[in-house]
Amino acid sequence: MEQIKPDKKVDIRGLVCPYTFVRSKLAIESLELGQVLEILLDYKDATENIPKSMQDHGQKVLKVEKINDREWIIVVRKEKE
Amino acid sequence: MDFTDDQIHRYSRHIILPEVGGKGQERLLSSRVVIVGAGGLGCPVGYYLTAAGVGTIVMIDNDNVELSNLQRQIAHNTERVGMPKAESAKKTFQALNPDVKVIALNEKITKDNIIGLIEDCDVVVDGSDNFPTRYLVNDACVLVGKPLVSGAILRFEGQVTTIIPRQGHCYRCLFEEMPPAGLVPSCQEAGVLGALPGIIGGLQAMEVLKLIIGKGDVLQNRMLIYDALKVSFRKVKVPKNPKCPVCGENPTITELQDYEADYCRMNF
Ligand SMILES: [Zn+2]
Repeated sequence: MEQIKPDKKVDIRGLVCPYTFVRSKLAIESLELGQVLEILLDYKDATENIPKSMQDHGQKVLKVEKINDREWIIVVRKEKE
Repeated sequence: MDFTDDQIHRYSRHIILPEVGGKGQERLLSSRVVIVGAGGLGCPVGYYLTAAGVGTIVMIDNDNVELSNLQRQIAHNTERVGMPKAESAKKTFQALNPDVKVIALNEKITKDNIIGLIEDCDVVVDGSDNFPTRYLVNDACVLVGKPLVSGAILRFEGQVTTIIPRQGHCYRCLFEEMPPAGLVPSCQEAGVLGALPGIIGGLQAMEVLKLIIGKGDVLQNRMLIYDALKVSFRKVKVPKNPKCPVCGENPTITELQDYEADYCRMNF
């Protein structure tokens, strides 16, 4: 799989909805258009909710990947201010 | 700006809105709103703007809390009867949100102090209960170029309009001069049903938030009129009047004057 180098990483392990998305959204707001955010999380519901909300807000979800038993990463590219 | 953990929780329902986000919340936290009147309208407007995290709120009122206010003026309470209204509102708002700096001014607005009070704010809210103040605030906002969200209530009816000086209408475009005192309801006629100021004040607060975050339409060149008994909202057009004495092409009002009239003052 293609390796994408993120411009910023955010660790939201331990958080639940909606703060998982709140933190992720604040992180993506701080990026420039075209930059990439990597989100590290352990709240399973958010692995569906965050990509959906990011897409609704006009961002591009590049990948959602399970990295171990209880942690995932989501990679998002900023396409909209 | 970095939000604290508490701020992220407190404002999370703003931050997740695409139209607001962290940037809109930052704008709210760095904005300054002046509210004329801490009565029926000023209470809910100030309350909601405090909840929303408007950074600085200036409450101006020179009256004291009376028992007869408490049927509709929700920032005050029974223990505060006799306390200056601006001070009472400040206590209520500060308990709600410590992020907000509330400045309480227990003074009367006049032609001599109003410019100094509004010149460094972002939005002015008129929640005053009398025509002399309403016209003074309108004229000052037009002269200084400050957006003004104006509201009024009486009995079962209320109205809201948003004045963006030069771009849209002003209060005098609609009513050039103050009505003669005989046409204004007397004290015996001027009742207000309790929740009415909450509705009109809520609409005013919403106009202020939209002005600050720069999203959506505001009531520019429009007046929204609410009739509680009929449960109807009407939005009427208010064209900018090129002959308006304050915002028209050849204004005759170029400096402020105090308008004293023999009106009944009921502290709406
Ligand atoms: Zn005008």
